[in-house]
Amino acid sequence: MGFDTIVCVKQVPDTGNITGDAMKPDGTVNRAALPAIFNPEDLHALEAALDLRDRFGGTVTAVTMGPGGACEVLRECLYRGADRVILISDRRAAASDTLATSYILSQAVRKIGRYDLVFCGRQAIDGDTAQVGPQMAEKLGIPQITYYEKLVDLSGQTIRVRRNVGNGWEILEGRLPILVTVVDTANKPRPPAAKRVMRFKRARSVGEVGGQVGKDMPQASDAQKQAQAARLFEAVRAAGMVIEQWDLDDIKADLTWCGMAGSPTKVHRVQSIVLTKEGFTSVPPTAEGVAKMVHELIVDHTLG
Amino acid sequence: MPNFFADNDDILFLFNHINLAQIATLQEDDFARVKGGPGAEYAPRDAADAIDNFRRILTIVGDIAGEYVAPRAEQIDREGNTHNQDGTVTLHPLVEQNLKDLARADLMGFTLPRKYGGLNCPNLIYTMANEIISRADASLMNIFGLQGIAETINAFATDQIKDEYLPRFARGEVTGAMVLTEPDAGSDLQAVSLRAWQDEDGAWRLNGVKRFITNGCGDILLTLARSEPNTQDGRGLSLFLNERSSRIRVRHLEEKLGIHGSPTCELVFDDAPGKLVGERQLGLIRYVFSLMNGARVGIAAQSLGIAEAAFRVARRYAYTRKQFGVSIERLPAVAELVTDMRIHLEAARALTYETSRVCDLEYNNLRVLETNPPTDPAEVKKRKELARTLKRLNGMLTPMSKYYASEMCVKVASDAIQVLGGSGYMKDYPVERHLRDARITTIYEGTSQLQVVAAVRGVCSGAFEKYAEQFEQATYSDAQLASLAASLGQSRQLIAKAIAFTKECGATYMDLYGRKLVDSAIAIIVGYLFLGQATRSERKKAVAKRFIQTHLSNIRRDVELICSGDRSVLEEYATLAGPLPPA
Repeated sequence: MGFDTIVCVKQVPDTGNITGDAMKPDGTVNRAALPAIFNPEDLHALEAALDLRDRFGGTVTAVTMGPGGACEVLRECLYRGADRVILISDRRAAASDTLATSYILSQAVRKIGRYDLVFCGRQAIDGDTAQVGPQMAEKLGIPQITYYEKLVDLSGQTIRVRRNVGNGWEILEGRLPILVTVVDTANKPRPPAAKRVMRFKRARSVGEVGGQVGKDMPQASDAQKQAQAARLFEAVRAAGMVIEQWDLDDIKADLTWCGMAGSPTKVHRVQSIVLTKEGFTSVPPTAEGVAKMVHELIVDHTLG
Repeated sequence: MPNFFADNDDILFLFNHINLAQIATLQEDDFARVKGGPGAEYAPRDAADAIDNFRRILTIVGDIAGEYVAPRAEQIDREGNTHNQDGTVTLHPLVEQNLKDLARADLMGFTLPRKYGGLNCPNLIYTMANEIISRADASLMNIFGLQGIAETINAFATDQIKDEYLPRFARGEVTGAMVLTEPDAGSDLQAVSLRAWQDEDGAWRLNGVKRFITNGCGDILLTLARSEPNTQDGRGLSLFLNERSSRIRVRHLEEKLGIHGSPTCELVFDDAPGKLVGERQLGLIRYVFSLMNGARVGIAAQSLGIAEAAFRVARRYAYTRKQFGVSIERLPAVAELVTDMRIHLEAARALTYETSRVCDLEYNNLRVLETNPPTDPAEVKKRKELARTLKRLNGMLTPMSKYYASEMCVKVASDAIQVLGGSGYMKDYPVERHLRDARITTIYEGTSQLQVVAAVRGVCSGAFEKYAEQFEQATYSDAQLASLAASLGQSRQLIAKAIAFTKECGATYMDLYGRKLVDSAIAIIVGYLFLGQATRSERKKAVAKRFIQTHLSNIRRDVELICSGDRSVLEEYATLAGPLPPA
């Protein structure tokens, strides 16, 4: 019994604590100027998954896509109770937009194989698109419920969820396996557990071990470095401290769908929008009034 | 995301300043044990690893305190816990939630050995954690801070009892209570009369009433009871472990001035089954004294946390509140109030952390002597001598810390209201809660007056002198610090004079001037601790200067009074206290 869940998490620049120049001249995010944090809503997704496991049993697997440094959020998942963590890391995945990212993550989910639920945070604070979760569900061919706020019922192959629709809520029912995106009002993420922290602070991916050896032995030959990295990683494995690391080949990804090639999104320009309008527009509660409002919304491209 | 560890500059300073490597190495037996066995997967490998663990653990404590516990404190204070007709207590749901958060983060077996699922932290790190939790909600410390109960079981009970109960404490499944006080046995625990008797199978049963029991509705009670009939004093008392049952009823839940989240219970034992902890007749004279020493450091830590919370509100208010066209902190009287609060708080923290550090030295030395004594007899002798020295030193420092930190706490919490003025007196700000919570700290686990009685014996018996001499050997390259150290040395000579005079006058006179003697000794000790801190920080140099300068004159004044020989308080009590008011 129990449910196997996969949680997709992301390491993001802390846009709430901007220091230095946040944007590079070419319009991309200057990650060096921003401290990296666990994307806040992904913590709520992780909590939703852990809570489900606490109540029904099962497993929680956390997946992230990113450079080696993203292992930090995977360790955070282990500290809070994740059973297994996987890093998807590949230079060929660089510059992936939401379409490519959701493809890559869905391939990782396929490789994991058995699962009942996939949890994602509603959106990441660096892009604010809220697209990756829904796109993954499409690619996996499974139903989705976005804006999860509360579990109403979970039995057999059916889940019933209260979702936050901004000005209220609705209850939706879906069949497993299903993808769910979680909002920050869903729960209070648990703090890390001390014993797990002391234990899993030593968890490492093969890439991290290699990087550390490169730093520790700058003078050594490549062969020496490789041998040392292999030795150290074997110790990590023996201690059960491996952060699994997969590349695009491991997840059988079609490279034309990944990275720059698989990313049709082009950032036109970045604007800082300051909302200046105050007050409100009164719409008379008549068919005419509503028609006029809808027309205005279509004209200014809010709708359509 | 407030973190009550990461945002506290003074705790962070002390975390880096105090020699944690030494403590960690003692606590972990030179890291020789970590090769396997239960809990080895999270054992530290060396001192740096252990200190990294301490930092991570305190970061979790700080996160829980700031993010989870603090926002719940006001509602818990207003609503309290509930007493049920059937003799049970229902904790406030937010108190339950706090305990669940702490348990899930593995923090309820803070100092227990790893083989029971504990974190094996030194007392010093636990003291820091207690302070951090108390800043968020003082009343939660009355449950979180009761981990000394599990420690006492660990120190004195049989392996069978330890194996049965300690993992449950570490998992946070159970909380404990120390069940000592009775209606006629408060400060004088030798008068305990709750009866323990053995039935025909030799099983112990407890019968009687206990009062003012913090968390008396907890699951595991350590109860002091009279196991030897026809005895009157402490040697007739033994310590028992009781599990909660229908034979232990909560008759009454006290309504208190503060710490409303902490359930204070009156318990009725109706032939409740109990298990003897350790040996008969050692209940008070050995086990409870040991338990109380730890608990006193715990209250000192609680006092620091409450004072920190109150100070922060006052410091910010003095900055933001404008009167006469300026921030009120620009007014000299307010500036003095605020700086005195902060320095007083830092002084109490320096003393309390130093006491915890010495507790760790003492505890670990005793543990080695008991469980793994050295083979070399000369080494055993050395360790035994060290044990005696540390016991004497702790016998002085522990009551000093409890007394000084709790008195500081009441003063700082009261002054915080003073800074806020009328606003502080209202329930709109948390400082009125802080003062109500603070008020108990000078009373429970031994009143200030009793702490002074214990501490003054250390001051007058050579422990203070020996300890101060260690400090006096330090040299300072900084001229200003050297000059402050010299004036502390001179002041100690003055105190030596007062001590000699007091000893001539006898024990009653020592108790009459106990407070002044202890205050003077504390000023010297804290002065030296501040000088040590000042070698690492410019700010601390200013703190040390201000503290020492203000206290030198206090010492002169107190020494003059002590050496006056005046006993009017005793000799003319009826005159000075005035007529007895009718009942």
